[in-house]
Amino acid sequence: MKATVYVTIKENVLDPQGAAVQGALHSLGFKEVGKVRIGKYMELTLDTNDRSEAEARVKAMCEKLLANTVVEDYRFELEG
Amino acid sequence: MRFAVIVFPGSNCDIDCYKAVEETIGQPVDYVWHTATDLSAYDAIIVPGGFSYGDYLRCGAIARFAPVMNEVRKAAEEGKYVLGICNGFQILTEAGLLPGVLLRNRELKFRCHPALLEVVNNETPFTRDYAKGEIVNIPIAHGEGNYYCDEETLAKLEANGQVVFRYKAGENPNGSVSDIAGICNEGRNVVGMMPHPERAVSELLGSSDGKRMFTSVLSAWRERHGATVNG
Amino acid sequence: MAQQLTAKEPTAEQIAEYKIYREFGVSDHEYDLICKFLGRKPNYTEIGVFSVMWSEHCAYKNSKPVLKKFPVSGPHVLMGPGEGAGIVDIGDNQAVVFKIESHNHPSAVEPYQGAATGVGGIIRDIFSMGARPVALLNSLRFGKLDNPRVKYLFENVVAGIAGYGNCIGIPTVAGEVMFDESYEGNPLVNAMCVGLIDHDQIQRGVAKGVGNPVFYVGPATGRDGIHGATFASVELTEESEEKRTAVQVGDPFMEKLVMEACLELIQSGIVLGIQDMGAAGLTCSSAEMAAKAGNGLELYLDEVPQREEGMTPYEMMLSESQERMLFVIEPQHEAKAREIFERWGVICAKVGKVTDDGRLRLFHKGEVVADMPVKALVDDCPVYHQRSEEPEYYRAFANVDTTAFEEIADLTGALKKVLASPSVASKEWVYNQYDYMVRTSTVVRPGSDAAVVQVPGTRKALAMTTDGNGRYVYLDPEVGGKIAVAEAARNVVCSGAEPLAITDNLNFGSPEKPDVFWQIEKATDGMAEACRVLGTPVIGGNVSLYNENEKGAIYPTPVVGMVGLVHDLDHITTQEFKAEGDVIVLVGETRAELGGSELQYAVLGKTEGRPPQIDLEVEARVQGAVLEAIRQGLVASAHDLSEGGLAVALAESCFGRGLGAVVNVETSLRADVALFSESQSRILLSAKPEKADALVALLAEKGVAHAVLGKVEGSDLVVRVNGRDGIAAPVAELQKVWKEAIPCLLKN
Repeated sequence: MKATVYVTIKENVLDPQGAAVQGALHSLGFKEVGKVRIGKYMELTLDTNDRSEAEARVKAMCEKLLANTVVEDYRFELEG
Repeated sequence: MRFAVIVFPGSNCDIDCYKAVEETIGQPVDYVWHTATDLSAYDAIIVPGGFSYGDYLRCGAIARFAPVMNEVRKAAEEGKYVLGICNGFQILTEAGLLPGVLLRNRELKFRCHPALLEVVNNETPFTRDYAKGEIVNIPIAHGEGNYYCDEETLAKLEANGQVVFRYKAGENPNGSVSDIAGICNEGRNVVGMMPHPERAVSELLGSSDGKRMFTSVLSAWRERHGATVNG
Repeated sequence: MAQQLTAKEPTAEQIAEYKIYREFGVSDHEYDLICKFLGRKPNYTEIGVFSVMWSEHCAYKNSKPVLKKFPVSGPHVLMGPGEGAGIVDIGDNQAVVFKIESHNHPSAVEPYQGAATGVGGIIRDIFSMGARPVALLNSLRFGKLDNPRVKYLFENVVAGIAGYGNCIGIPTVAGEVMFDESYEGNPLVNAMCVGLIDHDQIQRGVAKGVGNPVFYVGPATGRDGIHGATFASVELTEESEEKRTAVQVGDPFMEKLVMEACLELIQSGIVLGIQDMGAAGLTCSSAEMAAKAGNGLELYLDEVPQREEGMTPYEMMLSESQERMLFVIEPQHEAKAREIFERWGVICAKVGKVTDDGRLRLFHKGEVVADMPVKALVDDCPVYHQRSEEPEYYRAFANVDTTAFEEIADLTGALKKVLASPSVASKEWVYNQYDYMVRTSTVVRPGSDAAVVQVPGTRKALAMTTDGNGRYVYLDPEVGGKIAVAEAARNVVCSGAEPLAITDNLNFGSPEKPDVFWQIEKATDGMAEACRVLGTPVIGGNVSLYNENEKGAIYPTPVVGMVGLVHDLDHITTQEFKAEGDVIVLVGETRAELGGSELQYAVLGKTEGRPPQIDLEVEARVQGAVLEAIRQGLVASAHDLSEGGLAVALAESCFGRGLGAVVNVETSLRADVALFSESQSRILLSAKPEKADALVALLAEKGVAHAVLGKVEGSDLVVRVNGRDGIAAPVAELQKVWKEAIPCLLKN
């Protein structure tokens, strides 16, 4: 089974990387770009077929290591 | 008084911290590997700067799970002195020993230069030899030193006197909330800071303003253990 | 591309028939030689191995004849060129190890990773000698900073150097950055590393002891960087942008672990030979180690740790995956070695064996997939004596009068223009991104003539610098080559050190162009002579040719990395004026020399004529006198006069502590020429008033031209020429121009 994890900076926390990319896009003429938020994308291959178990485990991984919930949000998808 | 300098894979200020303890207060100091499971022999623990585990994922995120961190937590609970510098500060926040988190610098660039700090709280074991409000020169060298916490936590830090150092007004190098450069826990025995006191122990190298962090903790320890203890 | 190669590699017959070897940069003549050495046609793996071993980067086939001219020995030299890095004795059983290397082409294509892996590579060269790396330097050249692509390259090269050096925890203490259209599209990224070692710890990259096992250390091998060495030896074209697969990705965290583990292994005393896998990866390291021991080597490629599936022998041999090392020990020490690497969490695999038959033999899946004579790979690459021809521009420039312009009335305005020129402007924006303090030994920080790093536990220190003004070398390669060495030595002397030796990085265009080869010949003539006269041998270096863009070759830019020894910490001297009332003395003579100067470039918009001339005997005398004065404690500050001449040197000396100066220059030259001439062999000194007489007396006794210019005074820089007003401005105002120039250009 494969888990896809997305970690993003919380809405209310300044994302300087996102702001820099937004500025760069504007200067390249992509004026339609509003807010840019930059996050992390992770692919995890899991040695299990049990969906609900995988769900609980990946959630624990996110809480414990993959995201710092002081400043980051996460969500994930399971496949297979 | 016995010091431990924790070594994680990727620590690179471990040697500087070790030298600083030796040169400023001449106390015994050991490097302690990240796999260690016993810190009972030590009175003070320094979590040094560097790039533990390459700072991959997030600064300090992987280091906090090293076996030695359980012992650091225990030591902190027992009231022993714990100092996290730079990456060490990041590790202590990730480990939950100090509140908040260190984000990327506002300008997104690594910054290395001398920094002027205001001593906000001189009643921690690491700052008692400074005067309150004194301005000291202790350099910074970090890419992710932008201290962040929510407003509630900030209000609590301020109310409890947990802000230890602030960047001099107008000279905040990284975007930290409330110009915070260093904080302590409620018990005052755990201090984390982005600037490097171990790099400010010799005029030849630019500043000796960091020396008193080491003399402070030695005098705090001596006071606690009374005059019966030598060394 | 790699996938396709995996699917069907051409046979030896096809390689011959369709002349596929040409795609590897192997000429018909070279192919015939390879066939002769093998006694048959090479297969795909073998032609790949030969092509990298016979590239300019590994074999120096175009530059060998000129490199022979360099003096490489001296009383302090413990190891000259040929190993990972050269070594110089500094007394007390200690030695300094240093080398410079280029990563120009990878940085042009992917600046962050190109620069980062350049730093990683040079660090491995130093610790593979057994030395503890203590400092990094770099020398960078970019196009004009108003071009968006140049800004991108500049910002990312700096970030890449910072990213690698900061993470591994070696301070980046000095460097230089210059900007000129000539480097557009082909930036120069030269990285230097300096290490310390005890004499008895010195290692060599030799495969000693027939039957001994060969170990691989570091991360698994992937398909990255295949053909990096040949890539470095061809001109950049528009297609290069698509060659990104040839650029490796650096992992400084891994290198930190590999470095600590290797240094521990070396200290345990069991290592017989060790070498890093740099350009041409496993190929170059294994062949060179065997060659240096006069032995052969077998490699069992199935044992090579692999990051990707289905890797072919060709790919494994040519991969330039980073942070890898090769070492040889006796079999009984295997457990000890494995224990060390396990503790550091680094992969270590036994991949081969030392043999006595002088062959490099590769096994894969039970078969011999390549079998080549080591000597042919390492020593028998043909050497080319390229045709050399004096270029037309050089003859034409002989007739240019560099002072034939209307005298500049506004000298303060000219000074500001020169101070704002990015090559002269403050590089704080750059070096503040480098951790220059880690390891707490950096006594003199970036922004000085030379950085000074204390030798831990002693009263000694090392002064280090990189220098190389491509404009001077372009205008007159021989003179420019001399100046590059002389200026590096002058910088080291100004910091209070005795120059020891140099490492050089020869950055030139295509040697196949006769005018470029002429530049190479002349520049190396000049460097060799300066090294002889100043007593600073060449202990190692690197050659980077084919630095070209669509307009042609870059300015010929030999970069000199020099290390000097400060015998006592008390001798350390910095460039900034120290105190009000100190006396300012100019050492050396000023002539009307503006060819290739910053004034000519930044104010007049030209680079033409002849560069400043240099008399090496005078240079040696000036340096000797100033070093003697410093050691006698007569000097408060010392600053080399270089780009921007006296005017810039005075301004920079004021900046450090914000002190002003009031000086008068007596001269027979025009005021603008006198203040901005870049005449060589000049140093600006200041001395406490009570020491000034002794300083002047010493300079006179040593037969060195000098003039007392004035005093450190107030907060303005006031420069009069023959008593008439010249420059007058608050130091703070000049400093602002100088400091904000680069950040300002980057923002626009």
